[in-house]
Amino acid sequence: MSQATPAPEQPPAGSTAPARRDDGLESRAQGALREMLTSSWLVTVAALVLALVISGVLIAAADSAVQDAAGYFFARPADFFSAAWNAVWGAYVALFQGAVFDPGAATFARAIRPLTETMTWSVPLILAGLGLGIGFRAGMFNIGAQGQIILGAIFAGYIGFAWDLPPVLHLLLAVIGGVIGGGLWAGIAGYLKARTGANEVIVTIMLNNIAIYLVGYLLTTSAFKRGDSNNPVSPPVAGNALYPQLLGSQFRLHLGFVVAILAAVFVWWLMNRSTLGFAFRAVGSNPNAARTAGINVNRMYLLVMLVAGGLAGMAGTAQVLGTEKVLTAGIAASFGFDAITVALLGRSKPLGTFFAGLLFGALRAGGFAMQSRTGTPIDIVLVVQSLVVLFIAAPPLVRAVFRLPSPRGPGAQPAELAAPVVKEAAA
Amino acid sequence: MKKIIRAAALSGAVALALAACGSAPEESDDTAGGGEAGSDFKACMVSDSGGFEDKSFNQSGAEGLDRAAEELGIEEVKVESTAETDFTPNIDSLVQQDCNLIIGVGFLLEDPIQAAAEANPDVEFALIDSAFTDENFEPVTLDNAKPLLFNTQEAAYLAGYVAAGTSTTGTVATFGGIQLPSVSIFMDGFVDGVAKYNEDNGADVQVLGWDKEAQTGSFTGDFENQTNGQNLATGFIDQGADVIMPVAGPVGLGAAAAAQEAGDVSIVGVDADWFETSPDYSSIILTSVMKEIGQAVYDTVKEASAGSFSSEPYVGTLENEGIGIAPFHDFDSVVTDEVKTAVEDLKAQIVSGDLVVESISQN
Repeated sequence: MSQATPAPEQPPAGSTAPARRDDGLESRAQGALREMLTSSWLVTVAALVLALVISGVLIAAADSAVQDAAGYFFARPADFFSAAWNAVWGAYVALFQGAVFDPGAATFARAIRPLTETMTWSVPLILAGLGLGIGFRAGMFNIGAQGQIILGAIFAGYIGFAWDLPPVLHLLLAVIGGVIGGGLWAGIAGYLKARTGANEVIVTIMLNNIAIYLVGYLLTTSAFKRGDSNNPVSPPVAGNALYPQLLGSQFRLHLGFVVAILAAVFVWWLMNRSTLGFAFRAVGSNPNAARTAGINVNRMYLLVMLVAGGLAGMAGTAQVLGTEKVLTAGIAASFGFDAITVALLGRSKPLGTFFAGLLFGALRAGGFAMQSRTGTPIDIVLVVQSLVVLFIAAPPLVRAVFRLPSPRGPGAQPAELAAPVVKEAAA
Repeated sequence: MKKIIRAAALSGAVALALAACGSAPEESDDTAGGGEAGSDFKACMVSDSGGFEDKSFNQSGAEGLDRAAEELGIEEVKVESTAETDFTPNIDSLVQQDCNLIIGVGFLLEDPIQAAAEANPDVEFALIDSAFTDENFEPVTLDNAKPLLFNTQEAAYLAGYVAAGTSTTGTVATFGGIQLPSVSIFMDGFVDGVAKYNEDNGADVQVLGWDKEAQTGSFTGDFENQTNGQNLATGFIDQGADVIMPVAGPVGLGAAAAAQEAGDVSIVGVDADWFETSPDYSSIILTSVMKEIGQAVYDTVKEASAGSFSSEPYVGTLENEGIGIAPFHDFDSVVTDEVKTAVEDLKAQIVSGDLVVESISQN
């Protein structure tokens, strides 16, 4: 991965040479990205199944009853298998009951509450995932959704608790503030890439750190603190600025879910029906060709980041104006990073991202029940998510495990495996 | 290479197989016996984002609950949070599981615990390190939620006095992990204790790392990275500090490493008696500011399981030994008798109420 080696394809650069400084590194990253985005739906499902199976093994291994039974495996192997089965089955049943439907609940509302929790958790994941997906399709690895969510939450939260405005207008302004906050933060990375060719991966990662410390600092200032309290928690957001509850006060589900659906439709329209979206995709498939075709590539870099950041900022508003109702240092949890997985799993398409967001929301929501009912460590949920990414990133591996045909027909497997090697050699 | 891998795999398999040769336990039907004989009381606990293995207050709380479960024969459920966003779902999931008592560890859970207590009047709650406030940030009491608070500054005050009394360089230091009330309360007391020593003895011992008036000072930024603690402590040692109190959970161990490397620098531990909990550094632990969270949790669970839960705040003080300073152990001969007598006097004054140690972070 040395930048000194000349890039394999090197057509004469346009007038804006700085943006192309690290083409060798970047074209390879984009190749990997394209590979992930073009794998079939079957591979996605298979990756999920594989991830659940391997996590099942880990759940069993972490279970104390299984460990005990393994100690006398040869004396009574049945114990071992039944303990392992109980651990895995119990954990996954709890996961389902915590994420979809809980038949043991006292009331009907309680029984369907898990599903609404899944929807609540999915809102920031879908919104931020949509933004990242646009970036991926435009060939930009934006790792900065975490920081953009935080900035969106800071802006929206401040407008929400510090200003006093009539209903509707207050919410609207707070949401717009959040979108601007996220957009500006991402815009920094887009501007630097367009003007100086700074790698957006590195810039966005660094901006994440700045955002995390920025929110921590702001919560110690009197503008964001609650009265005399030293706790790093903002005052609660005013009622007028909150997303209305969709199903009444016993559910946390709020209007943000509808906003996420509308945002998905908007992104579909933007990417598939608008000129701007066409330009984004053109830049993503081949920036040089796009430039030759008269597209201002640098301007597109900036615009892509502004739109992506705006969507991530909107995810921040869903957190601060909907789910949490206060600004805390952990308002973004790990949504910004999970959203990368969501976007990859959804192959950067709006519909795919929507369902991937729901799935990850379900994993989050179900994780709580899994932990409290079966004592399964919450980290297992993270492992499932990580394994999904791992397998999505390695389609040939998944195809080999499930003996799926390669997309290029039989016999293409070796060529596909050899392709990266050829690229290495060329580089 | 392949051979090595094969050999390793084979020996691993053999080890596993041997380990699996234990004899099966007798079938028994005592599922209803044993620990569950006590009661069907269910005590539950939610950690803050540090998790239960933070070598700090989450861990102390969990140990208290474990002890209660074992000694009182009650059922326990502990759930960890990975971020602030996890608190509400975690508490809700415990309510759904019919927990009788739900304990939140850390002031960050104030809002979620309060909301849950209001929504579930038949479940009892407890919250470590914070009281409850209404929408105007005025203190409020709830019938079914008990704050567990600690006047940590009183013990830190004594530790500050001892630190100033043993310092030969005339400079001591303290730093925190993140600037939170439960952290700066230690630092406030420490600074005041040093000032008291200066006043009583006409000395001029300086404190690095915390300005009580301005409420600003040195923080490493998290409760995980020991290297930061080591670097910060090294900086203090370079400036002449020879007693350091790190209020940063495991990050403090980094400071202990720096102190050990430097030689004649000692450490004031926090939360537990570090002489016992960190044997690697026992020879440099001057004393520790102890905060008996585990005991408070145990007592709360015991009361609640006996049906005598009260929402009256528990306040750990020097008087009820909810806080205290640890014995000097190896430093017993180093701390002068004058200092020891003075500390006993101050302790008596604080217990009697003649001396009030104040901290803005006190609830």
